[in-house]
Amino acid sequence: MSRPNVKGLDPKKVSGELFTLTYGAIVAQLLKDYESDEEVNKQLDRMGYNIGVRLIEDFLARSGISRCNDFRETSDAIAKIGFKMFLGITPSVSNWSPAGDEFSLQIESNPLVDFVELPDSHSNLSYCNILCGVIRGALEMVHMEVTSWIVQDVLKGDSITELRVRFIRRLEDALPVGED
Amino acid sequence: MVVYNFYLFDRVGTCLYYAEWCRRKKAGMANVEEYKLMYGMLFSIKSFITRISPVDLKDGFLCYSTSKYKLHFYETASGLKFVLNTDSGVPGNLRDTLHQIYSQIYVEHIVKNPMCSLGDPISSELFKSKLDEFVRALPVFSAKTS
Repeated sequence: MSRPNVKGLDPKKVSGELFTLTYGAIVAQLLKDYESDEEVNKQLDRMGYNIGVRLIEDFLARSGISRCNDFRETSDAIAKIGFKMFLGITPSVSNWSPAGDEFSLQIESNPLVDFVELPDSHSNLSYCNILCGVIRGALEMVHMEVTSWIVQDVLKGDSITELRVRFIRRLEDALPVGED
Repeated sequence: MVVYNFYLFDRVGTCLYYAEWCRRKKAGMANVEEYKLMYGMLFSIKSFITRISPVDLKDGFLCYSTSKYKLHFYETASGLKFVLNTDSGVPGNLRDTLHQIYSQIYVEHIVKNPMCSLGDPISSELFKSKLDEFVRALPVFSAKTS
């Protein structure tokens, strides 16, 4: 007779607090190593990019979603499926630009910033910049070049975290040698 | 029902992996040439069917059949191309199987492994053995392979 599982503990899941603390430790270490807020922001974006490049494969494998037809579908896929799958939250998509190439993701409860307070000495730090990098990396793998930045940050006094994503251009697969 | 061989290409055309279980006839050229030929064919066919199609395409290229073998194709939105050659008795197409190879083997053992660089041919023994195990367990895989 096998021992019954401890109630509610899925061996594959990690506690949300551990995740928040791990992220905080990474940012704190980066601040010690690089000292400049701008440099840390760049590093977070680069780390996010490397994560996004791989995360997209996991996302495609688990969601079974095929190519999005337009940028609106993309924004819905990111907010309703992507964020839900990996962070367990569903940001709302809003503030579309008139040309339809720019949108905002508004996150009400951001697991990355639980328990975090930004000291005055680091007022230029974009604590959640890793999310911008993840979006950029992931979308690049599905042939979209975008930029992404933080517009509202709860650590700087705003009520929500808001990320803005702008579509730059479509990337095409390189043609095989000899094809024209 | 026989599975002959398997190819995996990334979005720039690098052959990440090739495996064969039962190949009775070689292509008569070096492996590198063969991979380029296969990739070029896939690229051309995809482009051709999109142009010639009389209606709006949903999935694009699925498979092709000859009297002796069938080539099954699956491409992810990230540009990864999976190819499986089976005997022509296999009904329909094995896209779901290829998707399973993608999600259960490629993503689990290559993408999630930070030591595996994504643009390079796969050298992971774990991937090789998992893929081999998976294909051999397929209902379409024959017991009588060489």
